Amino acid sequence: MSHVADPSPVLDKAPAPALRGPAARPVSRLLHRRVWLRLTLLLSAPLAWMILVYVVALAALLITSLWSVDSLSSEIDRTWTLDNFRTLWESDVYRRVTIRTVSVALAVTVIDVAIALPIAFYMAKVASPRARRMLVVAVLTPLWASYLVKVFAWRIVLSEGGLADWSGIGSPGYGLTAVIITQSYIWLPYVILPIFAALERVPDSLLEAAGDLGAPSPMVLRSIVLPLLVPGIVAGAIFSFSLTLGDYITVNIVGGANQMLGNLVFVNAGAANNLPLAAAIAMIPIVVMLVMLTAIRRTGALENI
Amino acid sequence: MKSTFRSGRVALACLSLVSVSVLTACGSSDDDKKTDEVEKLGKMEGKVSILAWPGYVEDGSNDPNVDWVSAFEKKTGCEVTSKAYGTSDEALNLAKSGDYDVIAASGDLSLRLIASDEAQAINTDLVPNYANVYDFLKDTEWNSVDGKNYGVPHGYGANLLMFNKKDVDAPTSWGAVFEKDQLEKNKGKVTAYDSPIYIADAALYLMKTQPDLGITNPYALDEDQLAAAVDLLKVQRQYVGEYWSDYLKEIQAFETGDSVVGTTWQVIKNNIKNKDVDVTLPTEGATAWNDTWMLSSQSKSPNCAYAWMDYILSPEANAQATEYFGEAPNSPQACEKTTDPKHCETFHAGDEEYAKQLWFWRTPVEKCLDGRTDVQCTNYAQWTQAWTEIKG
Repeated sequence: MSHVADPSPVLDKAPAPALRGPAARPVSRLLHRRVWLRLTLLLSAPLAWMILVYVVALAALLITSLWSVDSLSSEIDRTWTLDNFRTLWESDVYRRVTIRTVSVALAVTVIDVAIALPIAFYMAKVASPRARRMLVVAVLTPLWASYLVKVFAWRIVLSEGGLADWSGIGSPGYGLTAVIITQSYIWLPYVILPIFAALERVPDSLLEAAGDLGAPSPMVLRSIVLPLLVPGIVAGAIFSFSLTLGDYITVNIVGGANQMLGNLVFVNAGAANNLPLAAAIAMIPIVVMLVMLTAIRRTGALENI
Repeated sequence: MKSTFRSGRVALACLSLVSVSVLTACGSSDDDKKTDEVEKLGKMEGKVSILAWPGYVEDGSNDPNVDWVSAFEKKTGCEVTSKAYGTSDEALNLAKSGDYDVIAASGDLSLRLIASDEAQAINTDLVPNYANVYDFLKDTEWNSVDGKNYGVPHGYGANLLMFNKKDVDAPTSWGAVFEKDQLEKNKGKVTAYDSPIYIADAALYLMKTQPDLGITNPYALDEDQLAAAVDLLKVQRQYVGEYWSDYLKEIQAFETGDSVVGTTWQVIKNNIKNKDVDVTLPTEGATAWNDTWMLSSQSKSPNCAYAWMDYILSPEANAQATEYFGEAPNSPQACEKTTDPKHCETFHAGDEEYAKQLWFWRTPVEKCLDGRTDVQCTNYAQWTQAWTEIKG
């Protein structure tokens, strides 16, 4: 490596074998001078990952949905066609399943938010620090158990003569109600945590000031707590809604004879070997999510998350 | 500003490069598939990976008394790993992964495996126990194509009607799951097999009860006949509590009483501890399976695979496996080795006339399997579509 003219005093004084500073490390010197190179090296790995995982996967999904499957050899026919989307549009079974899936996701979201709000409020504002820590642990604990174990546990709870029957509450039996109950249970921590985090950020002094100025509790909740809470609620709602939208295992285990969008994707990809149609069906939840996120963005709630 | 523009272009170039490589990867070649039969065997590889129906590869982990894999491992030194599948469609995708050396395939899977070059032709001279097998099981339309043999027969049996004596009076007809007045009593507790191939069960019932439809083979349905079967299944759908493809799910549902009547396999009945649950073969006959051990064209351990096929065809192993699953063994020698001396009588093993009453699973294709040439039959893709609509 030839010495490049460098005004650095360190270079002149230091003995040759023990070079210190930028001159000693030509790589760092190069990186120091070339900002774009530094950025490229820093960002290329995560960026490549992002592109591969998000963009390429989505693009592949879109491209695949425009192909079709040859019915005889069940090989993929790579000529562009909109047939899959036409099937989705024309056959009312897909419309029904979409409506059913979105309704289940909405129900789960509403139930989860309704349960999470008081729990999060108690955790953030009422409980002692010690009790708060215990509650956070309690909320997080179910996340340590496998998803499948929890769903099968619900299958047994809701079965004939199971815990629900035996305790006198009565079981709704396997079906959409069972799916809503199970999904509400499984995604509840994902809703409690963002609401809890948002509530923790509400300063106590605000509440006290409101109280001092004579605001009744409902008014404090409505005009101070709720506006500060909206970002947390929206974040939690997005979690529970999107996670329910893509689920197919719960409905398979406790859903009785019902099917949701995820099942249709699974059946077409896994059983019928019709990847293009599966890809087209998979576009439905993506579109639903995009519509929902745009709607939320309009309300401005996303900016505060 | 300029640098942002440039990095944007770089990112775009990367993106297009990556997507092109992904797309080319989709169209990978089939170079490593070997579909021709081997001339002679070599050294054992020390391991073999098997894809089969539940109950076909038992090593004692489910029931310590049910174990025919350990003896094979001891004899050949081939360590067995196995995976059980629930539907033929699931098996097709698993087989395509190339992770399995041997596949136990029913008639609705075997031809699809052969058509997609996933199966390797079998040199039956290298499977000594093949000689014992009933002749009517050899070289059938579901294990041979163009004179080439793609598999060795395992056993066959019928899809049975299971019921809970407490809720259902011992039925003799599939009407118990297809007739409105009988379904009414068990609303929400009826179950059915969750696969498009179940449409054939409805078609078989229509074949016997509505002769005007002209169904002669439940796997060869023209559009009108398929529509009739779909209508029947849509009626049934209103009474179905849940569909099953996972056999463990059905076992649990019948034990708790969540399901009280529906289609099943003998092996499921064997695993149910509830004494009120019984099975029957209805008078209409039944859809059935006739299973074939096939060799994957991507097999990495073909020698151990041949050793397994020969072993599972041996009278001792075949008797154990078929008796446990509840199906007819494949050879008269195996019938002599069953623990229940009447097993082969119960399952009518070797009875060609009886076997003709069973409708072995086939893949529905456009060229009608019943020989009709004036109409086009519905294919499996249409059946899948119909099945989605039935479930609604």
